[in-house]
Amino acid sequence: MDLHHKPTVDLQGYSPEIRALVYDYTLQLADTSLILGHRLSEWCGHGPILEQDLAMANIALDLIGESRSLYQYAAELEGQGRTEDDLASLRDAVEYKNPLLVEQPNGDFGDTVMRQFLFDGFHFFLLKELQNSPDKGLAGIAAKSFKEASYHVKWSAEWIIRLGDGTEESRRRIQKALDNLWMFSGELYTMTDTEKALAQAGFIPDYSGLLSQWEAHVGKVFAEATLEVPQNVFMQKGGKTGRHSEHLGYLLTELQYLQRAYPGLEW
Amino acid sequence: METIIEKSLEEAFEEKIAKEIRIEPKDWMPEQYRKTLVRQISQHAHSEIVGMLPEGNWITRAPSLKRKAILLSKVQDEAGHGLYLYSAAETLGTSRDQMIADLHSGKAKYSSIFNYPTLSWADIGAIGWLVDGAAIMNQVPLIRTSYGPYARAMVRVCKEESFHQRQGFEIMMSLCNGAPAQKKMAQEAFNRWWWPTLMMFGPKDAESPNTEQSMRWKIKRFTNDELRQRFVDMMVPQAEFLGLTVPDKDLKWNEAKNGYDFGDVDWEEFWNVVKGNGPCNKDRINTRVKAYEEGAWVREAALAHAQKRAAREAANQAK
Repeated sequence: MDLHHKPTVDLQGYSPEIRALVYDYTLQLADTSLILGHRLSEWCGHGPILEQDLAMANIALDLIGESRSLYQYAAELEGQGRTEDDLASLRDAVEYKNPLLVEQPNGDFGDTVMRQFLFDGFHFFLLKELQNSPDKGLAGIAAKSFKEASYHVKWSAEWIIRLGDGTEESRRRIQKALDNLWMFSGELYTMTDTEKALAQAGFIPDYSGLLSQWEAHVGKVFAEATLEVPQNVFMQKGGKTGRHSEHLGYLLTELQYLQRAYPGLEW
Repeated sequence: METIIEKSLEEAFEEKIAKEIRIEPKDWMPEQYRKTLVRQISQHAHSEIVGMLPEGNWITRAPSLKRKAILLSKVQDEAGHGLYLYSAAETLGTSRDQMIADLHSGKAKYSSIFNYPTLSWADIGAIGWLVDGAAIMNQVPLIRTSYGPYARAMVRVCKEESFHQRQGFEIMMSLCNGAPAQKKMAQEAFNRWWWPTLMMFGPKDAESPNTEQSMRWKIKRFTNDELRQRFVDMMVPQAEFLGLTVPDKDLKWNEAKNGYDFGDVDWEEFWNVVKGNGPCNKDRINTRVKAYEEGAWVREAALAHAQKRAAREAANQAK
Protein backbone atom coordinates (compact mmCIF):
# COMPACT_ATOMS: atom_id res chain seq x y z
CA MET A 1 0.00 0.00 0.00
CA ASP A 2 1.39 3.39 -0.92
CA LEU A 3 1.20 5.53 2.21
CA HIS A 4 1.71 8.84 0.41
CA HIS A 5 -1.32 8.21 -1.63
CA LYS A 6 -4.66 8.82 0.07
CA PRO A 7 -7.47 8.28 -2.41
CA THR A 8 -10.52 10.46 -1.90
CA VAL A 9 -12.61 7.95 -3.79
CA ASP A 10 -12.86 4.22 -3.60
CA LEU A 11 -10.76 2.86 -6.42
CA GLN A 12 -10.61 -0.68 -5.18
CA GLY A 13 -13.06 -2.05 -7.65
CA TYR A 14 -10.90 -0.97 -10.61
CA SER A 15 -8.79 -3.31 -12.65
CA PRO A 16 -5.34 -1.86 -13.46
CA GLU A 17 -6.53 -1.41 -17.05
CA ILE A 18 -9.56 0.66 -16.09
CA ARG A 19 -7.51 2.66 -13.65
CA ALA A 20 -4.94 3.45 -16.34
CA LEU A 21 -7.72 4.49 -18.70
CA VAL A 22 -9.36 6.78 -16.17
CA TYR A 23 -5.97 8.29 -15.36
CA ASP A 24 -5.23 8.90 -19.02
CA TYR A 25 -8.62 10.49 -19.60
CA THR A 26 -8.47 12.64 -16.47
CA LEU A 27 -5.13 13.95 -17.61
CA GLN A 28 -6.56 14.73 -21.04
CA LEU A 29 -9.36 16.78 -19.50
CA ALA A 30 -6.90 18.50 -17.13
CA ASP A 31 -4.55 19.46 -19.98
CA THR A 32 -7.46 20.76 -22.02
CA SER A 33 -8.74 23.05 -19.27
CA LEU A 34 -5.27 24.22 -18.31
CA ILE A 35 -4.18 25.11 -21.83
CA LEU A 36 -7.38 27.00 -22.61
CA GLY A 37 -7.31 28.72 -19.21
CA HIS A 38 -3.71 29.70 -19.82
CA ARG A 39 -4.53 31.13 -23.23
CA LEU A 40 -7.37 33.20 -21.76
CA SER A 41 -5.13 34.41 -18.95
CA GLU A 42 -2.84 35.92 -21.60
CA TRP A 43 -5.61 38.47 -22.22
CA CYS A 44 -5.49 39.81 -18.68
CA GLY A 45 -4.90 43.55 -18.85
CA HIS A 46 -5.29 43.67 -22.64
CA GLY A 47 -9.03 43.17 -23.19
CA PRO A 48 -11.11 45.38 -25.48
CA ILE A 49 -13.39 46.49 -22.62
CA LEU A 50 -12.67 46.39 -18.92
CA GLU A 51 -15.80 44.31 -18.28
CA GLN A 52 -14.59 41.69 -20.78
CA ASP A 53 -11.15 41.65 -19.22
CA LEU A 54 -12.95 40.63 -16.04
CA ALA A 55 -15.10 38.06 -17.83
CA MET A 56 -12.15 36.38 -19.56
CA ALA A 57 -10.19 36.27 -16.31
CA ASN A 58 -13.22 34.66 -14.68
CA ILE A 59 -13.44 31.94 -17.29
CA ALA A 60 -9.68 31.42 -17.13
CA LEU A 61 -9.91 31.04 -13.36
CA ASP A 62 -12.71 28.50 -13.68
CA LEU A 63 -10.74 26.46 -16.19
CA ILE A 64 -7.49 26.59 -14.23
CA GLY A 65 -9.42 25.61 -11.09
CA GLU A 66 -10.99 22.69 -12.95
CA SER A 67 -7.58 21.59 -14.24
CA ARG A 68 -6.16 21.65 -10.72
CA SER A 69 -8.91 19.36 -9.42
CA LEU A 70 -8.35 17.04 -12.37
CA TYR A 71 -4.55 16.96 -12.00
CA GLN A 72 -4.92 16.25 -8.29
CA TYR A 73 -7.27 13.41 -9.09
CA ALA A 74 -4.98 12.09 -11.84
CA ALA A 75 -2.07 12.14 -9.37
CA GLU A 76 -4.16 10.07 -6.97
CA LEU A 77 -5.07 7.59 -9.66
CA GLU A 78 -1.44 7.28 -10.68
CA GLY A 79 -0.34 6.75 -7.09
CA GLN A 80 3.31 7.62 -7.74
CA GLY A 81 3.43 10.60 -5.39
CA ARG A 82 3.41 13.15 -8.21
CA THR A 83 1.65 16.47 -7.60
CA GLU A 84 -0.58 18.64 -9.77
CA ASP A 85 2.45 20.81 -10.57
CA ASP A 86 4.60 17.83 -11.52
CA LEU A 87 1.93 16.83 -14.00
CA ALA A 88 1.48 20.34 -15.40
CA SER A 89 5.10 21.44 -15.43
CA LEU A 90 7.26 18.39 -15.99
CA ARG A 91 5.65 16.86 -19.04
CA ASP A 92 6.71 17.79 -22.57
CA ALA A 93 4.41 18.85 -25.37
CA VAL A 94 4.20 15.33 -26.82
CA GLU A 95 2.86 14.09 -23.49
CA TYR A 96 0.13 16.73 -23.41
CA LYS A 97 -3.28 15.40 -24.43
CA ASN A 98 -5.36 18.50 -25.12
CA PRO A 99 -7.13 18.84 -28.47
CA LEU A 100 -5.52 21.21 -30.97
CA LEU A 101 -8.32 23.76 -30.72
CA VAL A 102 -7.49 24.99 -27.22
CA GLU A 103 -3.79 25.62 -27.88
CA GLN A 104 -4.48 27.91 -30.84
CA PRO A 105 -3.17 31.45 -30.25
CA ASN A 106 -5.54 34.17 -29.03
CA GLY A 107 -5.50 36.16 -32.27
CA ASP A 108 -7.95 39.04 -32.01
CA PHE A 109 -10.92 39.09 -29.66
CA GLY A 110 -13.04 37.42 -32.34
CA ASP A 111 -10.62 34.48 -32.68
CA THR A 112 -10.63 34.06 -28.91
CA VAL A 113 -14.42 34.18 -28.70
CA MET A 114 -14.76 31.66 -31.54
CA ARG A 115 -12.25 29.25 -30.02
CA GLN A 116 -14.12 29.57 -26.73
CA PHE A 117 -17.53 29.09 -28.32
CA LEU A 118 -16.54 25.93 -30.20
CA PHE A 119 -15.09 24.51 -26.99
CA ASP A 120 -17.75 25.68 -24.54
CA GLY A 121 -20.57 23.75 -26.17
CA PHE A 122 -18.50 20.56 -26.11
CA HIS A 123 -17.41 21.16 -22.50
CA PHE A 124 -20.94 21.94 -21.36
CA PHE A 125 -22.61 18.83 -22.82
CA LEU A 126 -19.72 16.60 -21.76
CA LEU A 127 -19.77 17.80 -18.14
CA LYS A 128 -23.52 17.44 -18.02
CA GLU A 129 -23.15 13.72 -18.78
CA LEU A 130 -19.97 13.15 -16.79
CA GLN A 131 -21.78 14.12 -13.61
CA ASN A 132 -23.45 10.71 -13.87
CA SER A 133 -20.22 8.78 -14.39
CA PRO A 134 -19.80 5.79 -12.08
CA ASP A 135 -16.34 7.20 -11.43
CA LYS A 136 -17.01 9.35 -8.39
CA GLY A 137 -13.86 11.42 -8.87
CA LEU A 138 -14.78 12.56 -12.37
CA ALA A 139 -18.45 12.91 -11.50
CA GLY A 140 -17.68 15.23 -8.56
CA ILE A 141 -15.38 17.48 -10.54
CA ALA A 142 -17.86 17.56 -13.44
CA ALA A 143 -20.70 18.59 -11.15
CA LYS A 144 -18.75 21.58 -9.87
CA SER A 145 -17.43 22.63 -13.28
CA PHE A 146 -20.78 22.17 -14.99
CA LYS A 147 -22.17 25.18 -13.12
CA GLU A 148 -19.26 27.29 -14.34
CA ALA A 149 -19.48 25.94 -17.88
CA SER A 150 -23.14 26.99 -17.98
CA TYR A 151 -21.95 30.58 -17.64
CA HIS A 152 -19.16 30.15 -20.21
CA VAL A 153 -21.48 28.75 -22.85
CA LYS A 154 -23.79 31.72 -22.43
CA TRP A 155 -20.96 34.26 -22.53
CA SER A 156 -19.40 32.97 -25.73
CA ALA A 157 -22.74 32.48 -27.52
CA GLU A 158 -23.75 36.04 -26.73
CA TRP A 159 -20.48 37.37 -28.12
CA ILE A 160 -20.76 35.28 -31.28
CA ILE A 161 -24.17 36.85 -31.87
CA ARG A 162 -22.99 40.36 -30.99
CA LEU A 163 -20.00 40.17 -33.31
CA GLY A 164 -21.82 38.36 -36.12
CA ASP A 165 -24.82 40.65 -35.99
CA GLY A 166 -22.87 43.80 -35.11
CA THR A 167 -20.97 45.85 -37.67
CA GLU A 168 -19.70 44.85 -41.08
CA GLU A 169 -16.17 44.68 -39.71
CA SER A 170 -17.09 42.54 -36.75
CA ARG A 171 -19.01 40.13 -38.97
CA ARG A 172 -16.06 39.84 -41.32
CA ARG A 173 -13.67 39.17 -38.45
CA ILE A 174 -15.80 36.61 -36.66
CA GLN A 175 -16.59 34.80 -39.92
CA LYS A 176 -12.86 34.64 -40.61
CA ALA A 177 -12.27 33.24 -37.13
CA LEU A 178 -14.87 30.58 -37.83
CA ASP A 179 -13.25 29.77 -41.20
CA ASN A 180 -9.87 29.39 -39.50
CA LEU A 181 -10.92 27.44 -36.44
CA TRP A 182 -13.63 25.17 -37.74
CA MET A 183 -11.08 22.53 -38.81
CA PHE A 184 -10.19 22.01 -35.15
CA SER A 185 -13.75 21.31 -34.02
CA GLY A 186 -13.87 17.74 -35.34
CA GLU A 187 -11.16 16.48 -32.99
CA LEU A 188 -13.31 17.25 -29.96
CA TYR A 189 -15.67 14.46 -31.07
CA THR A 190 -13.19 12.03 -32.60
CA MET A 191 -12.79 9.45 -29.90
CA THR A 192 -9.34 8.15 -29.00
CA ASP A 193 -8.82 4.53 -28.00
CA THR A 194 -8.98 5.61 -24.36
CA GLU A 195 -12.25 7.42 -24.90
CA LYS A 196 -13.73 4.51 -26.82
CA ALA A 197 -12.77 2.02 -24.13
CA LEU A 198 -14.16 4.22 -21.36
CA ALA A 199 -17.38 4.82 -23.26
CA GLN A 200 -17.75 1.09 -23.78
CA ALA A 201 -17.21 0.49 -20.06
CA GLY A 202 -19.91 3.08 -19.33
CA PHE A 203 -17.56 5.57 -17.64
CA ILE A 204 -18.04 8.38 -20.13
CA PRO A 205 -20.75 9.12 -22.69
CA ASP A 206 -20.42 8.14 -26.32
CA TYR A 207 -19.53 11.36 -28.14
CA SER A 208 -21.98 10.90 -30.98
CA GLY A 209 -24.76 11.93 -28.58
CA LEU A 210 -22.79 14.98 -27.51
CA LEU A 211 -22.10 15.90 -31.09
CA SER A 212 -25.76 16.12 -32.07
CA GLN A 213 -26.54 18.37 -29.09
CA TRP A 214 -23.51 20.52 -29.91
CA GLU A 215 -24.50 20.80 -33.58
CA ALA A 216 -27.96 22.00 -32.60
CA HIS A 217 -26.51 24.62 -30.21
CA VAL A 218 -23.84 25.83 -32.61
CA GLY A 219 -26.23 25.89 -35.55
CA LYS A 220 -28.78 27.98 -33.69
CA VAL A 221 -26.23 30.54 -32.53
CA PHE A 222 -24.56 30.81 -35.95
CA ALA A 223 -27.94 31.35 -37.57
CA GLU A 224 -28.73 34.19 -35.19
CA ALA A 225 -25.26 35.61 -35.75
CA THR A 226 -25.72 35.32 -39.54
CA LEU A 227 -22.53 33.23 -39.81
CA GLU A 228 -21.89 30.47 -42.30
CA VAL A 229 -20.23 27.20 -41.37
CA PRO A 230 -17.48 26.41 -43.89
CA GLN A 231 -18.23 23.36 -46.00
CA ASN A 232 -16.09 20.30 -46.89
CA VAL A 233 -13.45 21.08 -44.31
CA PHE A 234 -10.77 18.48 -43.61
CA MET A 235 -10.74 18.13 -39.85
CA GLN A 236 -7.39 18.28 -38.07
CA LYS A 237 -6.62 15.96 -35.23
CA GLY A 238 -3.68 14.75 -33.16
CA GLY A 239 -3.57 16.84 -30.01
CA LYS A 240 -5.35 14.25 -27.90
CA THR A 241 -2.65 11.72 -28.80
CA GLY A 242 0.26 14.12 -28.35
CA ARG A 243 0.67 15.42 -31.91
CA HIS A 244 0.36 19.13 -31.41
CA SER A 245 0.71 22.32 -33.38
CA GLU A 246 3.91 24.35 -33.07
CA HIS A 247 2.13 26.72 -30.70
CA LEU A 248 2.01 24.41 -27.71
CA GLY A 249 5.78 24.28 -27.17
CA TYR A 250 6.01 28.03 -26.68
CA LEU A 251 3.03 28.05 -24.35
CA LEU A 252 4.61 25.31 -22.21
CA THR A 253 7.96 27.09 -22.23
CA GLU A 254 6.34 29.96 -20.35
CA LEU A 255 4.07 27.85 -18.21
CA GLN A 256 6.85 25.51 -17.07
CA TYR A 257 9.71 28.01 -16.85
CA LEU A 258 10.25 28.25 -13.09
CA GLN A 259 9.64 24.57 -12.35
CA ARG A 260 12.12 23.63 -15.06
CA ALA A 261 14.72 26.26 -14.17
CA TYR A 262 14.68 25.48 -10.44
CA PRO A 263 13.78 21.81 -10.15
CA GLY A 264 12.14 20.55 -7.00
CA LEU A 265 11.59 23.84 -5.18
CA GLU A 266 8.49 25.01 -3.32
CA TRP A 267 7.03 28.36 -4.30
CA MET B 1 -28.50 87.65 -5.68
CA GLU B 2 -26.48 84.90 -7.33
CA THR B 3 -23.52 85.55 -5.11
CA ILE B 4 -25.72 85.32 -2.03
CA ILE B 5 -27.01 81.93 -3.17
CA GLU B 6 -23.51 80.75 -4.00
CA LYS B 7 -22.28 81.98 -0.68
CA SER B 8 -24.96 80.15 1.24
CA LEU B 9 -24.32 76.96 -0.81
CA GLU B 10 -20.66 77.19 -0.03
CA GLU B 11 -21.42 77.72 3.65
CA ALA B 12 -23.65 74.66 3.66
CA PHE B 13 -20.87 72.67 1.97
CA GLU B 14 -18.25 73.83 4.45
CA GLU B 15 -20.58 73.04 7.30
CA LYS B 16 -21.00 69.47 6.08
CA ILE B 17 -17.25 69.08 5.77
CA ALA B 18 -16.79 70.41 9.30
CA LYS B 19 -19.44 68.06 10.68
CA GLU B 20 -18.00 65.09 8.77
CA ILE B 21 -21.19 64.69 6.75
CA ARG B 22 -20.49 63.01 3.40
CA ILE B 23 -20.82 65.01 0.22
CA GLU B 24 -23.03 63.17 -2.29
CA PRO B 25 -23.14 63.43 -6.11
CA LYS B 26 -26.21 65.71 -6.22
CA ASP B 27 -24.96 68.07 -3.51
CA TRP B 28 -23.55 71.43 -4.47
CA MET B 29 -19.76 71.48 -4.32
CA PRO B 30 -17.09 74.00 -5.20
CA GLU B 31 -15.75 73.51 -8.70
CA GLN B 32 -12.24 73.06 -7.39
CA TYR B 33 -13.40 70.28 -5.02
CA ARG B 34 -15.01 68.48 -7.96
CA LYS B 35 -11.88 68.87 -10.08
CA THR B 36 -9.60 67.67 -7.32
CA LEU B 37 -11.74 64.60 -6.83
CA VAL B 38 -11.97 63.75 -10.52
CA ARG B 39 -8.21 64.10 -10.73
CA GLN B 40 -7.60 61.94 -7.69
CA ILE B 41 -10.22 59.24 -8.32
CA SER B 42 -9.44 58.86 -12.00
CA GLN B 43 -5.72 58.76 -11.20
CA HIS B 44 -6.51 56.02 -8.73
CA ALA B 45 -8.62 54.12 -11.30
CA HIS B 46 -5.87 54.45 -13.92
CA SER B 47 -3.34 53.13 -11.41
CA GLU B 48 -5.43 50.01 -10.97
CA ILE B 49 -5.67 49.45 -14.71
CA VAL B 50 -2.04 50.20 -15.54
CA GLY B 51 -1.07 48.25 -12.42
CA MET B 52 -2.52 45.14 -14.05
CA LEU B 53 0.37 45.15 -16.53
CA PRO B 54 3.49 44.61 -14.40
CA GLU B 55 1.80 41.86 -12.42
CA GLY B 56 0.05 40.44 -15.45
CA ASN B 57 3.55 40.01 -16.85
CA TRP B 58 3.98 36.95 -14.60
CA ILE B 59 0.57 35.27 -14.90
CA THR B 60 1.73 32.95 -17.68
CA ARG B 61 4.98 32.20 -15.84
CA ALA B 62 3.70 31.71 -12.29
CA PRO B 63 5.63 28.88 -10.62
CA SER B 64 2.65 26.70 -9.70
CA LEU B 65 -0.98 26.35 -10.68
CA LYS B 66 -2.04 27.63 -7.28
CA ARG B 67 0.15 30.75 -7.59
CA LYS B 68 -1.13 31.26 -11.11
CA ALA B 69 -4.75 31.20 -9.96
CA ILE B 70 -4.02 33.53 -7.03
CA LEU B 71 -2.17 36.01 -9.24
CA LEU B 72 -4.79 35.98 -11.97
CA SER B 73 -7.48 36.50 -9.40
CA LYS B 74 -5.53 39.38 -7.87
CA VAL B 75 -5.04 41.13 -11.19
CA GLN B 76 -8.72 40.58 -11.88
CA ASP B 77 -9.54 42.29 -8.57
CA GLU B 78 -7.56 45.28 -9.80
CA ALA B 79 -9.70 45.45 -12.92
CA GLY B 80 -12.69 45.39 -10.57
CA HIS B 81 -11.26 48.25 -8.51
CA GLY B 82 -10.72 50.18 -11.70
CA LEU B 83 -14.39 49.69 -12.53
CA TYR B 84 -15.74 50.91 -9.17
CA LEU B 85 -13.41 53.86 -9.20
CA TYR B 86 -14.31 54.91 -12.74
CA SER B 87 -17.95 54.64 -11.66
CA ALA B 88 -17.29 56.78 -8.58
CA ALA B 89 -15.57 59.40 -10.75
CA GLU B 90 -18.44 59.31 -13.26
CA THR B 91 -20.78 60.50 -10.49
CA LEU B 92 -18.87 63.78 -10.70
CA GLY B 93 -19.84 64.23 -14.33
CA THR B 94 -16.79 62.97 -16.22
CA SER B 95 -17.27 59.92 -18.47
CA ARG B 96 -15.06 56.84 -18.44
CA ASP B 97 -14.19 57.46 -22.09
CA GLN B 98 -13.00 60.95 -21.25
CA MET B 99 -10.88 59.69 -18.37
CA ILE B 100 -9.35 56.98 -20.55
CA ALA B 101 -8.62 59.53 -23.28
CA ASP B 102 -6.82 61.65 -20.67
CA LEU B 103 -4.77 58.66 -19.57
CA HIS B 104 -3.75 57.87 -23.11
CA SER B 105 -2.84 61.45 -23.96
CA GLY B 106 -0.68 61.72 -20.86
CA LYS B 107 -2.85 64.42 -19.31
CA ALA B 108 -3.95 62.16 -16.47
CA LYS B 109 -1.40 60.45 -14.27
CA TYR B 110 -1.28 57.09 -12.59
CA SER B 111 0.89 55.79 -9.80
CA SER B 112 4.52 55.98 -10.90
CA ILE B 113 5.32 52.69 -9.21
CA PHE B 114 3.90 50.85 -12.20
CA ASN B 115 6.56 52.33 -14.42
CA TYR B 116 9.06 49.90 -12.97
CA PRO B 117 9.49 46.46 -14.55
CA THR B 118 8.79 43.07 -12.95
CA LEU B 119 11.95 41.08 -13.60
CA SER B 120 11.57 37.95 -11.51
CA TRP B 121 8.86 35.99 -9.74
CA ALA B 122 9.97 37.61 -6.48
CA ASP B 123 8.77 40.95 -7.87
CA ILE B 124 5.23 39.61 -7.58
CA GLY B 125 5.84 39.00 -3.89
CA ALA B 126 7.55 42.36 -3.44
CA ILE B 127 4.72 44.22 -5.17
CA GLY B 128 2.07 42.53 -3.05
CA TRP B 129 3.96 43.06 0.16
CA LEU B 130 5.45 46.54 -0.37
CA VAL B 131 3.40 48.26 -3.06
CA ASP B 132 0.04 47.02 -1.82
CA GLY B 133 1.24 47.78 1.71
CA ALA B 134 1.95 51.37 0.73
CA ALA B 135 -1.31 51.57 -1.20
CA ILE B 136 -3.23 50.45 1.88
CA MET B 137 -1.48 53.07 3.99
CA ASN B 138 -2.53 55.72 1.46
CA GLN B 139 -6.01 54.31 0.99
CA VAL B 140 -7.33 53.32 4.41
CA PRO B 141 -7.76 56.99 5.39
CA LEU B 142 -9.81 57.42 2.19
CA ILE B 143 -12.56 55.28 3.71
CA ARG B 144 -13.26 58.45 5.71
CA THR B 145 -12.81 60.81 2.77
CA SER B 146 -15.50 63.45 2.43
CA TYR B 147 -16.94 62.37 -0.93
CA GLY B 148 -19.48 59.55 -0.41
CA PRO B 149 -19.09 57.39 -3.57
CA TYR B 150 -15.30 57.47 -3.27
CA ALA B 151 -15.37 56.56 0.42
CA ARG B 152 -17.72 53.65 -0.22
CA ALA B 153 -15.67 52.33 -3.14
CA MET B 154 -12.63 52.44 -0.89
CA VAL B 155 -14.20 50.17 1.72
CA ARG B 156 -14.23 47.30 -0.74
CA VAL B 157 -10.92 48.20 -2.37
CA CYS B 158 -9.14 48.26 0.99
CA LYS B 159 -10.52 44.90 2.07
CA GLU B 160 -9.22 43.28 -1.10
CA GLU B 161 -5.91 45.12 -0.91
CA SER B 162 -5.15 43.79 2.55
CA PHE B 163 -5.84 40.32 1.27
CA HIS B 164 -3.41 40.95 -1.60
CA GLN B 165 -0.79 42.24 0.76
CA ARG B 166 -0.95 39.07 2.84
CA GLN B 167 -0.58 37.04 -0.34
CA GLY B 168 2.49 39.08 -1.32
CA PHE B 169 4.04 38.64 2.10
CA GLU B 170 3.36 34.93 1.86
CA ILE B 171 5.19 34.72 -1.49
CA MET B 172 8.15 36.50 0.12
CA MET B 173 8.00 34.08 3.07
CA SER B 174 8.10 31.05 0.77
CA LEU B 175 11.08 32.50 -1.07
CA CYS B 176 12.93 33.54 2.07
CA ASN B 177 12.38 30.13 3.65
CA GLY B 178 13.29 28.38 0.42
CA ALA B 179 16.52 27.57 -1.40
CA PRO B 180 19.42 30.09 -1.49
CA ALA B 181 18.52 30.96 -5.09
CA GLN B 182 15.01 31.89 -3.96
CA LYS B 183 16.22 33.96 -1.02
CA LYS B 184 18.58 35.79 -3.37
CA MET B 185 15.70 36.42 -5.75
CA ALA B 186 13.68 37.91 -2.87
CA GLN B 187 16.49 40.21 -1.70
CA GLU B 188 17.17 41.38 -5.23
CA ALA B 189 13.51 42.24 -5.78
CA PHE B 190 13.38 43.97 -2.38
CA ASN B 191 16.40 46.09 -3.33
CA ARG B 192 14.69 47.29 -6.49
CA TRP B 193 11.22 47.92 -5.04
CA TRP B 194 12.02 49.52 -1.68
CA TRP B 195 12.81 53.05 -2.86
CA PRO B 196 10.15 53.31 -5.55
CA THR B 197 7.65 52.20 -2.90
CA LEU B 198 8.70 55.06 -0.61
CA MET B 199 8.10 57.37 -3.56
CA MET B 200 4.48 56.23 -3.67
CA PHE B 201 3.63 58.61 -0.83
CA GLY B 202 4.35 61.51 -3.14
CA PRO B 203 6.69 64.48 -2.87
CA LYS B 204 7.80 65.89 0.45
CA ASP B 205 5.09 67.90 2.19
CA ALA B 206 6.91 71.15 1.42
CA GLU B 207 6.72 70.34 -2.30
CA SER B 208 3.23 68.88 -2.50
CA PRO B 209 1.02 71.52 -4.12
CA ASN B 210 -2.31 69.80 -3.49
CA THR B 211 -1.89 68.60 0.07
CA GLU B 212 -3.03 71.65 2.01
CA GLN B 213 -6.35 72.18 0.27
CA SER B 214 -7.07 68.46 0.18
CA MET B 215 -6.46 68.21 3.91
CA ARG B 216 -8.76 71.15 4.54
CA TRP B 217 -11.55 69.55 2.49
CA LYS B 218 -10.90 66.23 4.21
CA ILE B 219 -10.24 64.50 0.92
CA LYS B 220 -6.84 63.67 2.36
CA ARG B 221 -6.36 62.87 6.05
CA PHE B 222 -2.58 62.63 6.51
CA THR B 223 0.34 64.30 4.79
CA ASN B 224 2.74 62.46 2.48
CA ASP B 225 5.61 62.56 4.95
CA GLU B 226 3.45 61.30 7.81
CA LEU B 227 2.36 58.29 5.79
CA ARG B 228 5.87 57.58 4.54
CA GLN B 229 7.20 57.54 8.12
CA ARG B 230 4.44 55.17 9.23
CA PHE B 231 5.15 52.88 6.34
CA VAL B 232 8.86 52.63 7.12
CA ASP B 233 8.09 51.98 10.79
CA MET B 234 5.72 49.20 9.83
CA MET B 235 7.84 47.52 7.14
CA VAL B 236 11.29 47.42 8.73
CA PRO B 237 10.30 44.80 11.35
CA GLN B 238 8.60 42.77 8.62
CA ALA B 239 11.76 42.82 6.52
CA GLU B 240 13.73 41.71 9.57
CA PHE B 241 11.27 38.90 10.15
CA LEU B 242 11.81 37.75 6.56
CA GLY B 243 15.56 38.01 7.00
CA LEU B 244 15.90 40.66 4.30
CA THR B 245 18.24 43.64 4.47
CA VAL B 246 16.67 47.07 3.90
CA PRO B 247 18.73 48.72 1.15
CA ASP B 248 19.29 51.96 3.10
CA LYS B 249 22.55 52.61 4.92
CA ASP B 250 21.00 55.53 6.81
CA LEU B 251 18.22 53.48 8.34
CA LYS B 252 18.40 53.74 12.12
CA TRP B 253 15.98 53.46 15.03
CA ASN B 254 15.38 56.84 16.68
CA GLU B 255 14.25 56.34 20.24
CA ALA B 256 13.30 60.00 20.70
CA LYS B 257 10.77 60.04 17.87
CA ASN B 258 9.82 56.40 18.40
CA GLY B 259 10.36 55.71 14.73
CA TYR B 260 13.07 55.09 12.17
CA ASP B 261 15.31 57.68 10.62
CA PHE B 262 15.84 56.81 6.99
CA GLY B 263 17.71 58.02 3.95
CA ASP B 264 16.40 60.49 1.42
CA VAL B 265 14.48 59.29 -1.59
CA ASP B 266 16.17 60.02 -4.93
CA TRP B 267 13.91 62.91 -5.83
CA GLU B 268 15.49 63.40 -9.20
CA GLU B 269 14.47 59.88 -10.14
CA PHE B 270 11.02 60.50 -8.64
CA TRP B 271 10.34 63.62 -10.73
CA ASN B 272 11.72 61.97 -13.83
CA VAL B 273 9.43 58.99 -13.53
CA VAL B 274 6.49 61.34 -12.90
CA LYS B 275 7.43 63.26 -16.04
CA GLY B 276 7.45 60.13 -18.17
CA ASN B 277 11.09 59.09 -18.05
CA GLY B 278 10.76 55.93 -15.96
CA PRO B 279 11.88 52.59 -17.34
CA CYS B 280 8.38 51.55 -18.47
CA ASN B 281 6.31 54.74 -18.87
CA LYS B 282 6.20 54.48 -22.64
CA ASP B 283 5.58 50.73 -22.68
CA ARG B 284 2.73 50.97 -20.21
CA ILE B 285 0.86 53.68 -22.09
CA ASN B 286 1.56 52.11 -25.48
CA THR B 287 0.19 48.81 -24.19
CA ARG B 288 -2.97 50.47 -22.89
CA VAL B 289 -3.47 52.43 -26.10
CA LYS B 290 -2.92 49.30 -28.19
CA ALA B 291 -5.49 47.31 -26.19
CA TYR B 292 -7.96 50.17 -26.50
CA GLU B 293 -7.45 50.73 -30.20
CA GLU B 294 -7.50 47.04 -31.05
CA GLY B 295 -10.71 46.73 -29.04
CA ALA B 296 -12.48 49.55 -30.88
CA TRP B 297 -14.18 47.23 -33.38
CA VAL B 298 -15.48 45.09 -30.51
CA ARG B 299 -16.99 48.05 -28.69
CA GLU B 300 -18.51 49.33 -31.93
CA ALA B 301 -19.99 45.91 -32.67
CA ALA B 302 -21.50 45.62 -29.20
CA LEU B 303 -23.09 49.03 -29.59
CA ALA B 304 -24.35 48.35 -33.12
CA HIS B 305 -25.83 45.03 -32.03
CA ALA B 306 -27.57 46.59 -29.02
CA GLN B 307 -29.08 49.22 -31.31
CA LYS B 308 -30.24 46.64 -33.85
CA ARG B 309 -31.78 44.58 -31.10
CA ALA B 310 -33.56 47.57 -29.58
CA ALA B 311 -34.90 48.56 -33.01
CA ARG B 312 -36.18 45.02 -33.62
CA GLU B 313 -37.87 44.93 -30.23
CA ALA B 314 -39.50 48.30 -30.86
CA ALA B 315 -40.72 47.09 -34.26
CA ASN B 316 -42.15 43.94 -32.68
CA GLN B 317 -44.01 45.96 -30.09
CA ALA B 318 -45.43 48.25 -32.72
CA LYS B 319 -46.96 45.28 -34.55
